[in-house]
Amino acid sequence: MSAGPTYESTLAGLAGADPRIVVMTAENRASIRNLPATLGPRFIDVGICEQTMVGMAAGLALRGRVPVVHALATFLTLRAFEFIRTDVGIARLPVKLVGAVPGFLSEANGPTHQAIDDVAVMRSIPGMQIVCPSDDRELCACLPEVLASPAPAYVRFNARPSALVHEAFRLGRAETLAEGTDIGVITTGFPVPNVAEACELLRAEGLDTTLVNLRSLSPVDEDAIASVACACPVLVTVEDHLLVGGLYQLVSEVLVRHRISVPVVSIGLGARWFRPGRLAEVLDHEGFTPARLAARFRDAFETKGGSVA
Amino acid sequence: MSLSFPELEAQARRVRAHAIRLATNGGCFLGASLSCADLIVFLYDRVLRTSPQTLADPDRDYLFLSKGHDVPALYGTLVERGYFPSSRLRNHLSVSDHLYWHPNRAIPGVEFHSGSLGHLLSVAMGVALDAKLRGGPSRAIVIAGDGELNEGSMWEGALVASAKKLDNLVLVVDRNGFQANAATEELLPLEPLAEKLGAFGFAVVEVDGHDYAELAHAFAELPRRSGRPTAVVARTKRNKGLPSLEGRADRWFVDLTSREVEVLLDELAGAMATALTSEPLVVR
Repeated sequence: MSAGPTYESTLAGLAGADPRIVVMTAENRASIRNLPATLGPRFIDVGICEQTMVGMAAGLALRGRVPVVHALATFLTLRAFEFIRTDVGIARLPVKLVGAVPGFLSEANGPTHQAIDDVAVMRSIPGMQIVCPSDDRELCACLPEVLASPAPAYVRFNARPSALVHEAFRLGRAETLAEGTDIGVITTGFPVPNVAEACELLRAEGLDTTLVNLRSLSPVDEDAIASVACACPVLVTVEDHLLVGGLYQLVSEVLVRHRISVPVVSIGLGARWFRPGRLAEVLDHEGFTPARLAARFRDAFETKGGSVA
Repeated sequence: MSLSFPELEAQARRVRAHAIRLATNGGCFLGASLSCADLIVFLYDRVLRTSPQTLADPDRDYLFLSKGHDVPALYGTLVERGYFPSSRLRNHLSVSDHLYWHPNRAIPGVEFHSGSLGHLLSVAMGVALDAKLRGGPSRAIVIAGDGELNEGSMWEGALVASAKKLDNLVLVVDRNGFQANAATEELLPLEPLAEKLGAFGFAVVEVDGHDYAELAHAFAELPRRSGRPTAVVARTKRNKGLPSLEGRADRWFVDLTSREVEVLLDELAGAMATALTSEPLVVR
């Protein structure tokens, strides 16, 4: 069994080297079970009090700490939203918000737990950095920069392993996982590995895709978006988030700003929550398996985004 | 060197005068400012280990105005204590400065912004917790409104403050009996407030928030109990110092004419104690 770095070991290492770092949780310890023993009093569990946790994190940051704050993504970004906006956002304090089980990763929990609007609300806060790791290695790789930044940040937690090989992580920089001129695909976070597999399936069928992993949503890599939009006749965005306020809108804004006209097919959640269930069934039901995604990409290629009604 | 009680009274009267002068040409939340003017003046002089020279000292004490709309009393106190010149108060409500209806920490001496109720208890707890982690002497004192205790986050914060044994935290409730438009006991009764705070784990003391001797006794020894946060329930009067406006539910935010300002300043000085009872003051 390989013993690569985990989220927990990476965070422990960073906290060991930097006494400013404190780790907080609203009784969500799934990914940080061993940190109480490692960090002692720098591990702070406030109980199920998301608002108080974020307010305290602002107070700690006011004193020079870098709080890394954990809760389920919905309760962190929505229950405590006004505390994030008002106490962290207005003061632009370096509080690092880590939202667990975002998007489809809430699996069978149901709509109460579905953080499919978390990126939208975090994007509404001026100065908030937003990072959506596509797998465990990218999650670990983003931490040094995210924690070193003087800005507030939201990390859409995703510690699932994948076979992807990543470029070094840099805030504000996308990575290109494949290059081709038939279809441009932009995605972020949990869907990235399945999207990459879908692109492989299409490559075997003779369709070449440029695949952009837009892991840093804020700051965003506008050049990467403009570049793929200019290279390909059709773009597809893929996100496990509402189409409102997420990746699709972000990409659309960049295209408008750069005066690039290109058909864009949006794959994500329309105005609804997703049907809860086992993750594999959710992905199949929502069309996010590699095979289903490949079929949707091919359709986008063949119709060039379809007609504009 | 602490001021004598008569000197504190004189300073508080000057602070109230500053606040009254701010209540024109756009107005301010005068009622909430005058109820806690004595508290703020007292805390700066007798309790808080902070001064214009210690603005960046990590070992200073912190005062947080959680209700926020009492900030004219803080501005007045900061002027009296030399944090910034009184001439700056002329910038009140101008976009060219940061003196508006709620606190902004761009003003020297203002530790954090507020305005949304129920926030600064938890922010103060973060400061208190950091002082504990460092082994530093800082204490965090929060002035909250009694109406603000409607907010669930205050009680959530109280649970956590007690659980984390933040005995370097003091919650001062400006118990003036009013929220924006109504008496607290008519809308959401808080009593028995001291018992409630005690049940949440605070060491509680009730005082007359305009009586310096009682305040001195309440703050003589902090923490009042080792391992517990302190709560001071300070019974006060909305618009204290202006008998014509004292304790009135309809005098929270006021925007006065310049003549009304002069009349109220005279009343504050004791000259016309009841002259305004029938005056149609402009109120928002």
